[in-house]
Amino acid sequence: MANSTKQTSRILSDLNKVPAIDQVGVTERVARFQTRSIKKESKLEGLKMALSMIDLTTLEGMDTENKVRQLCYKAQHLHDAHADLPTVAAVCVYPSLVAVAKKALSTSAINVASVATSFPGGQSNLDIKIQETQFAVDSGADEVDMVISRGRFHQGEYAYVFDEIAAIKAACGKVRLKVILETGELGSLDKVRVASDIAIKAGADFIKTSTGKISPAATFPVSLVMLEAIRDHFYATGQMVGMKPAGGISTAKQALHYLVMVQETLGRAWLDKHWFRFGASRLANDLLMQLVKQADGRYQSADYFSKD
Amino acid sequence: MSKEHHLDFKNNWGYDPAPESTGHVQLKKQYELFIGGRFVKPESGKYFNTVNPASEETIAKIAQASSKDVDKAVKAARKAYDNVWSKMPGKERGKYIFRIARLLQEKAREFAVIESLDGGKPIRESRDIDIPLAANHFFYYAGWADKLEYAVPGRKMAPLGVAGQIIPWNFPLLMAAWKLAPALAAGNTVVLKPAETTSLTALKLAELIQESGLPEGVVNIVTGAGETGAALVNHPGIDKIAFTGSTEVGKIIQRAIAGTPKQATLELGGKAANIIFDDAPIDQAVEGIVNGIYFNQGHVCCAGSRLFVQEGVADIVIQKLKDRMATLIVGDPLDKNTDVGAINSASQLATIQEYIAIGKEEGAEMYQTPGSVPQKGYWCPPTLFMNVSQSHRIAQEEIFGPVLAIQTFRTISEVVDKANNTPYGLSAGVWTDKGSKIFNLSSQLRAGVIWANTYNKFDPTSPFGGYKESGFGREGGWHGLQAYLKTV
Repeated sequence: MANSTKQTSRILSDLNKVPAIDQVGVTERVARFQTRSIKKESKLEGLKMALSMIDLTTLEGMDTENKVRQLCYKAQHLHDAHADLPTVAAVCVYPSLVAVAKKALSTSAINVASVATSFPGGQSNLDIKIQETQFAVDSGADEVDMVISRGRFHQGEYAYVFDEIAAIKAACGKVRLKVILETGELGSLDKVRVASDIAIKAGADFIKTSTGKISPAATFPVSLVMLEAIRDHFYATGQMVGMKPAGGISTAKQALHYLVMVQETLGRAWLDKHWFRFGASRLANDLLMQLVKQADGRYQSADYFSKD
Repeated sequence: MSKEHHLDFKNNWGYDPAPESTGHVQLKKQYELFIGGRFVKPESGKYFNTVNPASEETIAKIAQASSKDVDKAVKAARKAYDNVWSKMPGKERGKYIFRIARLLQEKAREFAVIESLDGGKPIRESRDIDIPLAANHFFYYAGWADKLEYAVPGRKMAPLGVAGQIIPWNFPLLMAAWKLAPALAAGNTVVLKPAETTSLTALKLAELIQESGLPEGVVNIVTGAGETGAALVNHPGIDKIAFTGSTEVGKIIQRAIAGTPKQATLELGGKAANIIFDDAPIDQAVEGIVNGIYFNQGHVCCAGSRLFVQEGVADIVIQKLKDRMATLIVGDPLDKNTDVGAINSASQLATIQEYIAIGKEEGAEMYQTPGSVPQKGYWCPPTLFMNVSQSHRIAQEEIFGPVLAIQTFRTISEVVDKANNTPYGLSAGVWTDKGSKIFNLSSQLRAGVIWANTYNKFDPTSPFGGYKESGFGREGGWHGLQAYLKTV
């Protein structure tokens, strides 16, 4: 116990040295990524990569078993009219629907991700959050997407936020943990960087921007700051941490520029569904439409792409 | 410790070529001098080639102006000044300048492509920076034309007369705009000489000026090398010389006009200090280093060519800088993804290579991003030198290429001493999260422009110019207007 307190205090003193973020500079840098022009073969490759990195998501109060089954079918059959398409990386649902998704995806390599820890608000106590995480894991979740306690974070209780993430990580066992910072509620890029460092140091396998319930959700500037936190952790330790922008990414063009940003910040190693995900539901069809256009030379009507 | 873990950018997902199309560009095979509102052949009948530095192919022939042609141009400018331009109400002059600005916006794409073809700079820069900024200068000074009475409260101001303007090859059209816009707004007429390797956009601008209906002789453009410039400087009919270029030529000009009534503004060389403190936003500072020295292949008089990094963060800054350099795309200036284009000319490439050899010989540790450059054309990959001291020539002399000299420092007073320890004083950069430190530094650094947490930012409303051997006089803003006015 004394040992772990000592370790926490060492980590927290490190947090006092969280690098400063200059918002103007970040905005300029991300504008530069978005001037990259991705054409021809490189575009085709990028579109397929993006498709394979999607966490197809439904997180509604009105989610039903049938809705989840439909989504799982879509995940496995993105657009059967087009050959050689990858599948998405995962289907993301509430804990109560994990078992349904798991069964529906049992013959595929697609993971089931579950939100947990009183998603999206995170306003509950640690025991309940641990229990909920265990329920998701016991139901068969391959990945858990937790939310941090933003209230505690704004109260300056960084140690609480850190310990909570560490506890959920312990409850996850071998299941990979994505930590949602809900950057739309953090208020500044400096705070995004602090939250990223807390999550990474507390054991996050992925850091994720948003729940999708708050606007703004994922943005280029926020994502760049998080990627830079991942990069600094890698420089210091050699450990890779994954990144998941979620919410607000709906076009293929945006997705390609996210891939550009990841590659030019962290290198090609991160361009893999093991290290990078898109939390999105609408993105898949736009990627499909662009892929079909690359093959056929013309755009198809949106009605040719299934909506599940 | 941090050096053990390397990111890999070697096997990156490559971007296919995305060249900007050139089909819309209208270029002639031969360009004449622009004198008295007409394109006229040079008296000597001599022409020189302008070359695409990325392919070494000749783009067009350019007229070589002799002292006779310069004389014609100065006389045309004087006539236009006496008869038309100095008598025209400011608000009418303003309309012409606004028209030039708008035409430039309309033709921005064509100008951007020509600028990249002729000068080697990436299309991303000519499209997003050079051309829009040039148009903005005309817009800004057009607004001043009818407000000169209010420019200096309590005093009546008048134009100087005929201005001889000599501009460099690093930002050809933009420098033409910096020179022409304030001169015209203040009521002067102009004889402009572009640099011999990059005359094309100035001559396209001459066509545009013709189209704008600007009274003939108000702007005259004479092309040629140093002798043409000398003829302009020494012409007795010139009231003012505005020169942007090397300190060496600046000194020659100053000697030449000594004892004459000619006024002058000189914007000369630089060897700017870009200073990174340990409390800086490091990732953005690294981007600022790149923008400071690799922007426009380092052909920038205010380039951040001396990097000072506080020792505690030197390792991480250099590691991040190398990783950033690995993602810079060097190649075809017309490709939209190109970050670093071609060196402007064979002779400039030779100069840069000579300095790289000097740096190595002096024992500094050189690093260049791995990867090949095209076979034809003039290329220099982004380069940096570590373990440099103030005593190294690569830290003292202006290289005017993509070559960075890195030194470390410990304290504020040390870095201020070193930053000011240069005959130049054009610009500087300061990177820190602490506002008070920025104000402290900016009051101690002897440089005309100081950027805080950014670098190489330009705006028509902001004055630009040097201390010490970086020249005198300011361009841009109200100060830039003053350089073309006298009190009556």
